[in-house]
Amino acid sequence: MEDVGDKLKVNARTKALSVTEMESMAKKLRRHIVTMIGKAGSGHPGGSLSAVEIVTTLYFRVLRHNPQDPQWPDRDRFILSKGHAAPVLYATLAECGYIPVDELSTLRQLNSRLQGHTDSTLTPGIEMSAGSLGQGLSFSLGVAIAARLNSQQHTVYVLLGDGECDEGQVWEAAMAAAHFKLDNLVAIVDRNQQQIDGWTCDVMELEPFSNKWQSFGWHVIEVDGHDFAQLIEAFERAKSVKGQPAVIIAHTTKGKGVSFMENNPDFHGKAPNAEQVELALKELQ
Amino acid sequence: MDQVASLREAYGKTLLELGKENPDIVVLDADLCRSTMTYHFSGEFPDRAFDCGIAEQNMVGIAAGLAASGKVPFASTFAVFVPGRCFDQIRMSIAQPGLNVKLVSTHGGITVGEDGTSHQSIEDLALACALPGFTVIVPADAIETAQAVRFAASNYGPFYIRLCRPALPLIYDDNYRFELGKAVVLRQGTDATISAIGVMVTAALEAADNLKREGIDCRVLNMSTLKPVDEAAIVKAAMDTGAIVTAEEHLENGGLGSIVARVVARNHPVPLDFVAIKDTYAISGKPAQLLERYGLTSRDIERAVHGVIKKKSGSLLF
Repeated sequence: MEDVGDKLKVNARTKALSVTEMESMAKKLRRHIVTMIGKAGSGHPGGSLSAVEIVTTLYFRVLRHNPQDPQWPDRDRFILSKGHAAPVLYATLAECGYIPVDELSTLRQLNSRLQGHTDSTLTPGIEMSAGSLGQGLSFSLGVAIAARLNSQQHTVYVLLGDGECDEGQVWEAAMAAAHFKLDNLVAIVDRNQQQIDGWTCDVMELEPFSNKWQSFGWHVIEVDGHDFAQLIEAFERAKSVKGQPAVIIAHTTKGKGVSFMENNPDFHGKAPNAEQVELALKELQ
Repeated sequence: MDQVASLREAYGKTLLELGKENPDIVVLDADLCRSTMTYHFSGEFPDRAFDCGIAEQNMVGIAAGLAASGKVPFASTFAVFVPGRCFDQIRMSIAQPGLNVKLVSTHGGITVGEDGTSHQSIEDLALACALPGFTVIVPADAIETAQAVRFAASNYGPFYIRLCRPALPLIYDDNYRFELGKAVVLRQGTDATISAIGVMVTAALEAADNLKREGIDCRVLNMSTLKPVDEAAIVKAAMDTGAIVTAEEHLENGGLGSIVARVVARNHPVPLDFVAIKDTYAISGKPAQLLERYGLTSRDIERAVHGVIKKKSGSLLF
């Protein structure tokens, strides 16, 4: 009989990176993001850049996954609910080896596997087709319930945008996750404070945000979403929570890492031009 | 056709049987499990039944996640809510990735009756048929319901099955075998074809019997699979009988009539008419009163048959 523990080790092929290595990986991912969106001529740089440290920590430190076997049944799941942040996930999947790094330059082009928003039928490693906001948490509940029904040990991680939390379905799902006591579910909210029409507090006030999740029955952890040490610790704590789901509210900066994109709602859904790409890449050396 | 039976009950009891056969079958509800009759399943398999509360959009998303993980989820509520209330969730979370979710809605059409407009689903078939990759079935009696549900459980892909609230006369016996995408010829005939679904199949049979007494010989088709539709049966009906009347408990736009018209126009144009709800919402009332008021009785079908036959024979005049 094959030992389950061994199988997990064998299958968790991605080498865990140190914080220093993750810092350099984050820069590399940011360069990919800016370059690929610039080449595509359209896309959403702001919300990809804000989530870089979150996604880096997950793929290079937290998730048990195997790029050679994207359908491995016992893999931890990462579900990107804010589907417009597809570039940060594509870049990460490429650096992990799910897809060739060269392929990133095909983003949003005809016949590319890298669609404008994530498509689970096309891209290895993409768990859910997303793009219409507010649906990923519900989907993640289904995945977490299935894991429990199958007595599987993996954890389901789902990344939401803060603006996305305007959607009522998010709160339907939040209520249900606590009701079903899904302690194999960890949500992360990329709290970058901005959405298309401006600051979240001006468009639709989310505060008291942490209290909302708490009152819906979640264990809430708040961190600086660009600080690897805090993120690593938050994921460890989230995983140890029993009897309820956990949410990590990750305070981030939209457009992080590129000075002229930071906190600039123009770059929610606008591609940088060639000159801006060059400027950005200089900053990201 | 004396014996009537509930389609919803057939659904619930079939789910229970399927639950015993396949441990991957799970059932979701949105606070209506006694109306959708899925409680037959949840009573026996409480660990595989999930009441999502009055939150249909979340239910649809959970079903998608379960299906993506290899489960075979049946999600049920009233037809106004699924697909109506959750159209985008169904589109994005189920249809686009082509996930193995079975949406079985009850209380379709105006035979919901007294609850009125808010609960009368008259657009659901247009919505469901618009979704690429979806299979859409409207069973005509309890026996067909049981078999369609069983078929959906064992065939991969997204399904929408629409059931009605009232019990309906049994059209089939236990020898019936549901075949996806196959219209069933319930009466042979050469003068015109009546193509019907759901509640209207019984009315179509009555109309055919009445017309027979007048010497008009109608073919009656039960088109229970709306998608993929049996194009061959429609074309054959057009060729053999030269006129077709469709009958459905749904808006004229986007349902059976639209589908049949498309197939006929493309392959073999003949006079058509459509017994369906015109561009309006209905009101509260008893099911029979509403069917009468909105033109969905056997007499309405008979009138339409007379009309298409007239056009057929007087083709030079119109």
